[in-house]
Amino acid sequence: MDFSLAAVLPQIFTGLVLGMLFVLLAIGLSLIFGLMTVVNFSHGALYMLGAYFTVFFLGYTRNFWLALLLAPLMVGTFGLLVERFLIRRLYGRSPDDPLLLTFGLSLVLIETAKLVWGKIGLTLDPPRELGGAVNLGFMAFPAYRLFVIAVTVGVLLALWAFLTRTNVGLIIRAGSRDPLMVRALGIDLNRIWLLVFGIGCALAGLAGALAGPMRGAYAEMGVTMVIESFVVVVVGGMGSLLGAVVAGIMMGQVVGITTFFAPALAEIMVFVVMALVLLVRPSGIFGEAGLME
Amino acid sequence: MGALISWGGRHPVAAFGMFFAVFPFLMPYKSLASQVLIFGLFALGFNLLYGYTGLLSFGHAAYYGLGAYGTGIALAKLKIGSLWLGIAAGPLLAVLGGAAIGFFCLRRRGIYFAMLTLAFAQLLYFVAFHLPDVTGGDDGLRGIPLLPLNLFGWKIDLEGSLAFYYFTFVLVWLAVAGLKRILDSPFGSVLQAIRENGDRASACGYDVRRVKHLSFVFSAFFAGLAGGLDALRLAVVPVESLYWVTSGQVVIMTLLGGAGTFFGPFVGAGTYLVLGDRLAVFTERWPLVIGLIFMAFVLFLPKGIWGTLVANLPGGAPAEGKWH
Repeated sequence: MDFSLAAVLPQIFTGLVLGMLFVLLAIGLSLIFGLMTVVNFSHGALYMLGAYFTVFFLGYTRNFWLALLLAPLMVGTFGLLVERFLIRRLYGRSPDDPLLLTFGLSLVLIETAKLVWGKIGLTLDPPRELGGAVNLGFMAFPAYRLFVIAVTVGVLLALWAFLTRTNVGLIIRAGSRDPLMVRALGIDLNRIWLLVFGIGCALAGLAGALAGPMRGAYAEMGVTMVIESFVVVVVGGMGSLLGAVVAGIMMGQVVGITTFFAPALAEIMVFVVMALVLLVRPSGIFGEAGLME
Repeated sequence: MGALISWGGRHPVAAFGMFFAVFPFLMPYKSLASQVLIFGLFALGFNLLYGYTGLLSFGHAAYYGLGAYGTGIALAKLKIGSLWLGIAAGPLLAVLGGAAIGFFCLRRRGIYFAMLTLAFAQLLYFVAFHLPDVTGGDDGLRGIPLLPLNLFGWKIDLEGSLAFYYFTFVLVWLAVAGLKRILDSPFGSVLQAIRENGDRASACGYDVRRVKHLSFVFSAFFAGLAGGLDALRLAVVPVESLYWVTSGQVVIMTLLGGAGTFFGPFVGAGTYLVLGDRLAVFTERWPLVIGLIFMAFVLFLPKGIWGTLVANLPGGAPAEGKWH
């Protein structure tokens, strides 16, 4: 086996791309959880919807960029409806109930996708502009994958600016600390929750839309991803956005590098790392002990 | 009806025996009846943990799957010549797995716990997938023999579906009696105290983590026994036994029937399997219907079919049901 840097570097970059998908999914999960203490099990199904919607809008508009914009918006809008008409009924009940409800929802969405788009997955080509490879000086890397990294970094920066530099962002952060106090200040938290749930779902949709040209679209594509994203959130520390980013990138690397040395272990390593982190730091890398237990 | 349910509430083990003694004759075919019993047992184990201890495990396929592989490997790979030993190997492996996984998962509470159990079950799924020499990998573990039952030197052939049903029935009945014994013991009361308020139970001097761990292991035992019996029923262990869908099925069954009620798991397993069996005639996408029904139950009938029935019938059994 070739263990030289030239052979390992592409794996590191591939792992980074997977890490970006993890980050987008985990940030959405963590945002929703941090504010609403809702675990959205349907996150993986929304990721899947993002990929299918991209295929759909691409066929409709013949424009990849427009499809990439519309798909997450559609998923986000769907998320708004889910919060408004389903999740909202469960506030004040056991925190297990939203998890159970969204689990049922994910079953329904997966079966519906099979009904609408068929059991066999669809493939999706990256746009012509991003079809080739870019020479990074030390190696060539598919342009589309670099684009995925760039988009994720851009979205993260925008999200960071939104949460720290705007009034609504301030309310969101305050709401996750002390919802009662925020309410007492006369702020309608229901609308904030609606917004945050929508943003989280849109991020899952974006991850799916970005994944489409690399992995295709198929009904079960979100299942493994959502479980691995849960692991990322647990490892990073529940409700910690920084933790989601760091753990997401780390898990991408774990998978990328294990795929190189021992492909069969790649899927298992994620869970092994989780078990080790839990032994050393039960609340996750950036987690606060006692938050929502 | 109300009086009957009330009597069943007071003598659940006898009621269980009487109903399931005639159950196969109420079903369209006998194998479905065995399946209801086996999945009811699986849900019974899940319900001990979720309904009575208040711990939502989202990865209970792990113990069902370990049980199925334990029995399957003992009989098909190790060629153990005794049906009893083969069946015992399933729950034994499940208990070992439950003790180890429970140790990790119980380090966190609430939602974390649910997600961790799911993650560990998924870990086992991938391990089974990548060990074809031991588990048969993607093809599943095949060729599990249904040996004749040796009862004090008396050999009984189980190949007929009715014979297998009654064999399953006796084992599940024993498990039900065992569960009743657990719930009636002081330990059972502590479980429910922890469900209602873990901190208060802790303040009363109970070692909450140890009690939870024990409940986890008991739960794994029942799930593992169910897995072992299902391996015998199918003569195959598909790798999907460990898949998240299996974990989801047991959650759905228990909630449909009524979490925290004694008969809920069996009512739920029966409803799920019979409904699925009938719907499959019309559409391959029958899980869509089950999913919608499940969502409706979470939203509007959190006590499930049995829990709602018991709560609403005049002269019904003493208050049973989830803690909502």
